[in-house]
Amino acid sequence: MLYRENGQFKTSYRADQQLFPVRQDRVAILALLAVAFVLLPLAAPEYLFRAILIPFLILSLAALGLNILVGYCGQISLGTGAFMAVGAYAAYNVQVRIPGMPLIASLLLGGLCATGVGVLFGIPSLRIKGLYLAVATLAAQFFTDWAFLRISWFTNHSSSGSVSVSGLNVFGLPIESPVSKYLLCLGFVSVFALLAKNLVRASIGREWMAMRDMDVAAAVIGIRPMYAKLTAFAVSSFIVGVAGALWGFVHLGAWEPAAFNIDRSFQLLFMVIIGGLGSISGSFIGAAFIILLPLLLNQVPRWFDMPLSTALASHLESMIFGALIVFFLIVEPHGLARLWSTAREKLRLWPFPH
Amino acid sequence: MGFFLETLFGGLMAGMLYALIALGFVLIYKASGVFNFAQGAMVLFAALAMARFSGWYPLWFHFESKLLANLLGFVTAAALMVAVAWLVERLCLSRLVNQDGITLLMATLGIAYFLDGLGQTLFGNDIYKIDVGMPKEPLLVLQGTFDGGVLISQEDLVAALVAATLVALLALFFQKTATGRALRAVADDHQAAQSIGIPLDRIWVIVWSVAGIVALVAGIIWGSKLGVQFSLSLVALKALPVVILGGLTSIPGAILGGLIIGVGEKLSEIYLGPMFGGGIEIWFAYVLALLFLLVRPQGLFGEKIIDRV
Repeated sequence: MLYRENGQFKTSYRADQQLFPVRQDRVAILALLAVAFVLLPLAAPEYLFRAILIPFLILSLAALGLNILVGYCGQISLGTGAFMAVGAYAAYNVQVRIPGMPLIASLLLGGLCATGVGVLFGIPSLRIKGLYLAVATLAAQFFTDWAFLRISWFTNHSSSGSVSVSGLNVFGLPIESPVSKYLLCLGFVSVFALLAKNLVRASIGREWMAMRDMDVAAAVIGIRPMYAKLTAFAVSSFIVGVAGALWGFVHLGAWEPAAFNIDRSFQLLFMVIIGGLGSISGSFIGAAFIILLPLLLNQVPRWFDMPLSTALASHLESMIFGALIVFFLIVEPHGLARLWSTAREKLRLWPFPH
Repeated sequence: MGFFLETLFGGLMAGMLYALIALGFVLIYKASGVFNFAQGAMVLFAALAMARFSGWYPLWFHFESKLLANLLGFVTAAALMVAVAWLVERLCLSRLVNQDGITLLMATLGIAYFLDGLGQTLFGNDIYKIDVGMPKEPLLVLQGTFDGGVLISQEDLVAALVAATLVALLALFFQKTATGRALRAVADDHQAAQSIGIPLDRIWVIVWSVAGIVALVAGIIWGSKLGVQFSLSLVALKALPVVILGGLTSIPGAILGGLIIGVGEKLSEIYLGPMFGGGIEIWFAYVLALLFLLVRPQGLFGEKIIDRV
């Protein structure tokens, strides 16, 4: 009854093409933004920001970037952690080596460096396809792991191999408290989500999807494979790079290459697949799922007062995590976002059967 | 020259061991089109089972013989791997028929997490030893030809021989038995195989069991070299470039790819390593495979990828 588009007539092309054509969706998104920007900073406890909201926002940004590559352009990448690392270390070098560089500029420059590396490692995708490409992208992962560990120029010759940033500020406002960090991340995520949502419904997004569905057919109807694939790699690694820079600067503060290792890449791929390939909201749902699941599993023994050793608890956790991943893939192979869209279709008709 | 030969032999034997793990990937991909990321977890699980059971049996039944303990441990671990294969097929793969390759890949990653957790819950997470009586002393050969001769690790030699035997047995199994023919038929075309009455589910259980037993052998060999511990499941990451270099669907490709990667890794570490500051073997294999795939996108012996609209 509530969710229905009856009576919402479109009288201009502008109205017909807007981002959320159904009024209820617009209201819901605005309400969500209001809660995220106003209510949460006022009400939420500090722990919530540090342990859940900030990692959630940054990783959903990274998942969004990965979703553009995997979900929209169909190029499987297992090297996302590498592009995050490039973003983080490039932003660090910009910040350290150029005095007085504004934070936002260095984050974006970090993203630009990641774009360069992403395009470089995207070039093989013009010849290598499918699972061969997936394994080949691991080259990026292991190469950057090695480079940031062994080449001391990248870490500004730090003796311990880890780098740290401090005294962050945006336009003179210090980014110290969890709330300000959260708002910075939220700002980035909102802007990039809006950009991504618009990109994937523009001509370039349609070219990516054509590439994904069948690249030979797309090439036959005049889509340049090189342009489509490399732009997907570029846009994706830019977003992933910015997310990596945020992860290092805002969430961790001090980090080593291990923060962006292969497990991170798998984690992001899980988010994209569990959330839903080729769906912007899916990236967020997937990130929420993958971040909340281990936290919940951690709590379960405490509810039942089961004394478990840490090692056993972590093994049980990894078992349950794996089993749940398989379970969700079986129940909904198209991701949790598909559940929402099926629910929406049902809601539009409810309470009538047809 | 003696040193070069030593490195070369070392590389060839390391390559055989990579090939052994790569074989598990290829078997499963050929028969079910699943890129099995859980192969590393299977190696760890099998090795853990073998190590613990061969230690437990003498305590339970009060006997001394090491050979008997190892044999019983091997049989138990093999039975466990068959059980794992059956469960994977029943609970997971049979419900994911006709899904995208990437979904299946993620499902196997889930299985990998599960097996890692299960193995360490059941068998503990210390470092365990597998002692199947591999000779430890290195062997000196060709002393007449070169100064100081060429040093070969006997342990590696035995491992390489075991791997070669296993490959030969698998080749026989695939070429000469009825089950092997059915496996090849399924690999060729699922639908056609089904339509002439080959039961897909049973074939998948068989192929996952074979891969599990290959994982067990790989686990024993690697485990007696490095000790059985969690890092064993990361060995699989070393086998991935081997798989794509050789071609996802080819058993000879896995062997040759393993040899190429093994030799390339060792030689590059010695002759290129100093230029880059060492530690390059982590990524060298991947970059080698990547460059190679640029020339032949389907790997050395992979089936030619034909694009149709």
